[in-house]
Amino acid sequence: MARAELMDFDKALELFEPVMGFEVHVELNTKTKMFSDAPNVFGSEPNTNITPTCLGLPGSLPVVNAQAVRYSISLGLALGCEIAPSSRFARKNYFYPDTPKNYQISQFDEPIAFEGSVDVELSDGSIVSVPIERAHMEEDAGKLTHVGGSTGRIQGAEYSLVDYNRAGVPLVEIVTKPIYGAEHSSPELAKAYVSTIRDIVVSLGISDAKMERGNLRCDANVSLRPRAAAGEPVAPLGTRTETKNVNSLRSVERAVRYEIQRQAAILAKGGSITQETRHWHEDTGETSAGRPKSDADDYRYFPEPDLLPVVPSAELIEELRSALPEPPAARRRRLKAEWGFTDLEFQDINNAGLLTEITETVAAGATPAAARKWWTGEIARIANTSDADAASLVSPADVAALANLVDAGTLTDRLARQVLEGVIAGEGTPQEVVDARGLAVVSDDGALIAAIDEALLGQPDVLAKIRDGKVQAAGAVIGAVMKAMKGQADAARVRELVLERAQQV
Amino acid sequence: MSDDIIRLSASELGERLAAHEISAVEATQASLDRIAAVDGGVNAFLHVATDAALTAARDIDRRRGSGEKLGPLAGVPIAVKDVLVTTDMPTTAGSRILEGWVPPYDATSVRLVREAGLIPIGKTNMDEFAMGSSTEHSAYGPTHNPWALDRIPGGSGGGSAAAVAAFEAPIALGSDTGGSIRQPAHVTGTVGVKPTYGAVSRYGAIAMASSLDQIGPVSRTVLDSALLHDIIGKHDHHDSTSLRDRWPSMAEAVRTADVSGMRIGVIRQLDGEGFQQGVLDRFHESLALLEKAGAEIVEVNTPNFEYAISAYYLIMPAEASSNLAKFDSVRFGLRVTPEGGGTVEDVMAATREAGFGAEVKRRIILGTYALSAGYYDAYYGSAQKVRTLVQRDFNAAFAQVDVVASPTAPTTAFKLGEKSDDPMAMYLNDIATIPANLAGVPGISLPAGLAAEDGLPVGIQFVAPARADERLYTVGGALEKLLEAEWGGRLLDQAPDLTQLIAAQEGAR
Repeated sequence: MARAELMDFDKALELFEPVMGFEVHVELNTKTKMFSDAPNVFGSEPNTNITPTCLGLPGSLPVVNAQAVRYSISLGLALGCEIAPSSRFARKNYFYPDTPKNYQISQFDEPIAFEGSVDVELSDGSIVSVPIERAHMEEDAGKLTHVGGSTGRIQGAEYSLVDYNRAGVPLVEIVTKPIYGAEHSSPELAKAYVSTIRDIVVSLGISDAKMERGNLRCDANVSLRPRAAAGEPVAPLGTRTETKNVNSLRSVERAVRYEIQRQAAILAKGGSITQETRHWHEDTGETSAGRPKSDADDYRYFPEPDLLPVVPSAELIEELRSALPEPPAARRRRLKAEWGFTDLEFQDINNAGLLTEITETVAAGATPAAARKWWTGEIARIANTSDADAASLVSPADVAALANLVDAGTLTDRLARQVLEGVIAGEGTPQEVVDARGLAVVSDDGALIAAIDEALLGQPDVLAKIRDGKVQAAGAVIGAVMKAMKGQADAARVRELVLERAQQV
Repeated sequence: MSDDIIRLSASELGERLAAHEISAVEATQASLDRIAAVDGGVNAFLHVATDAALTAARDIDRRRGSGEKLGPLAGVPIAVKDVLVTTDMPTTAGSRILEGWVPPYDATSVRLVREAGLIPIGKTNMDEFAMGSSTEHSAYGPTHNPWALDRIPGGSGGGSAAAVAAFEAPIALGSDTGGSIRQPAHVTGTVGVKPTYGAVSRYGAIAMASSLDQIGPVSRTVLDSALLHDIIGKHDHHDSTSLRDRWPSMAEAVRTADVSGMRIGVIRQLDGEGFQQGVLDRFHESLALLEKAGAEIVEVNTPNFEYAISAYYLIMPAEASSNLAKFDSVRFGLRVTPEGGGTVEDVMAATREAGFGAEVKRRIILGTYALSAGYYDAYYGSAQKVRTLVQRDFNAAFAQVDVVASPTAPTTAFKLGEKSDDPMAMYLNDIATIPANLAGVPGISLPAGLAAEDGLPVGIQFVAPARADERLYTVGGALEKLLEAEWGGRLLDQAPDLTQLIAAQEGAR
């Protein structure tokens, strides 16, 4: 649907109540895969991190990764869930070439964690409790690359390539219950919820949580129902759509907003919503129809006979519970105090979803003030103009290195911004960019003095004024020197030297 | 000389090898020669690994020559059911869909027999994906019973049983989901054991029904099965259902077999109606011998066994329908592209249409139906409840007795083609063997004699509680000794001369 046909967001909220639900897939960063001892590593040559089990070869069998179970229990506990004393794996049967066995080992009626809730903080400081239905363990599928078509999708492709490196990577799928009452804040809550899940898995250390790499993937379910007039019963839930694989925080917010506006436009015209999956298009900011999805999809689930039930001991559960890191809300209160930021400064960071980046930048050696300045300033500006997530542009370690180069006097702020551009362009670490571009501040007094003497002698009238004590005249010389040094000099030092040399040349 | 070698049991051959009286190369060559001579008539082998076997045999001879201490079966040739994946031999599971596929890994049981120094000489024929009781469902033609070439060798492991009965190999590996080791043993006058579920790793065994499949030994003597059981019965971290028990020696149980004071339960439901007279006669004679040797024979009641076949034919196809989904042409095996090309779904469908036989398709459809939404509770769910009831029947029986006994199958070997068009009649063959798979308990079949009416072999089955596999070898070893004293030798000594049977068959053509 073209943007112009969407219903105005406020108008949509006037007519309809949005109801949301999320399925967030978290890839665990265990050393090996969920059911085999193949390495769980991102970015390897295709089809190198595989065993007979990853390929579903005849005769191969799955074996549960104990570390993945521990991670899943920790995550369940952090989501406030109950941990099942016994849970079972089940086979989800469907044919698709990225699924080597043509069934996915997942959990169905007996998930490892269930009935929890997560407190999510909105930009106005209010807390929304999102109800969690379950968190269950499963295996990721391989990665398909469709070649020959114009869209990169399977339709129109000449052939497709499959990389099974990802097949069998451990996943936890977190499923919320329907979320009511978010109203105008729905898109914001969607983003804040996923951001909170990301904070939790990062604090647990169980996932790399890079959305751009698919470590964290969100499927957003949205439905609308008409507002009931006073005294009338509440309308039943509307038909939902499921927007798949929304892979940045910003996109989650935009996709939910788009779906609300799109569905409202259709419903207001008397149309009906098709129950389907929808694809999110980052470039156009729109969703498009995927495959029809009905509640009657028959995956012929049955208990996985190759695996025994997962029966964690009460001691293990308590051990993991006692090792849980502080919840995100408490963590935010602590960080705010530690960093000494004002309410406004801290809210800015939190709303921008930059808490983790700044924490990591501080951990990498930057001061809190410098970390905040870079992330909410120049990096956020570039992210905005390039329509990207700030976190995907540059690593916290690089930001810390950049801030330290400024503190050490190697770079001026202006030079540091050029270095940042280089880092984002993939030219290397800040130090590598400084070296390659030759951007460091010239701190060799010899070179400066030569330039200053030349400038002073070239402007005898100015020299005379300075010698007369008209210090402000030095500006002209400083400008000339900075120009000669191509900006790579510390202006304060140049000024000092100019005043000194004026008495000596 | 070669003829003497092939008639030795695996343990006898092992002793002669250890005494340097026979070399592994000689033993292997003797098996290869026998295969060359008779397998044209028997069709027990889908693949014969002449070069790999002789290379492995030379290695064993070299190691033995250098004074290395080797296991009791080192240098003994072994036939491997084609359901087990092998790196040096193609593995088809009797199916067209895997024709020519050479796996990149060895099944754990195959690795263990190699490590014990046995010489895999080839892969044996089977019903496609182990689905059948006659090997007639093999995509590569049926195997013939060495006792009568126009009769079935049992199934699904008819190839392994026939190879052993035809003296092509002294010992073999089989798999048993509903009787595929024990029923072929029954109809070929050989020994077959299905161990406790989880006693032998299933890693590398191409799955039919994961909760029922179990790998086990096939041999001509109870001791040979025990020796092989001791080799393959080890925990394997590749198989989550693999047990961690410390097992007693099965071979020791055979050597010290004594049934005095043993309580043997006769299953009332498997002793009478529906069973051939000659099968029942041999069964009761065996029981009488055991009683004379000091065993106590009592009757036990297993009222839920009558539902076992129905439950089995829901659980097995349900699991099989999912296990066989991986055969889709994408990563291995046959690929059939429809005329004019097509989507990946079209290619998958065309491949499965061309690559699977009728019985496999029948079970995939049955299983898919049994798991479907709306039918799951009535079919798969109910079947699992019956499974629990069958387990309770066994528990109640084993509260009274040490082992239970029954004929292994209702009839002697029927003729090839006789039941091909009647799946229900074929399924009934497994009536006595299926309950052990449903309960996960171990069972053995050993020769009990020949049926008077047709002169064909009859087996007797013993079933023990889970993890009490050694009891099978105690009772089996004792009975074998008693029967061989009666017969004045092994039952297979009474088998007709196979080369003459083959010549007569060819003469008749």
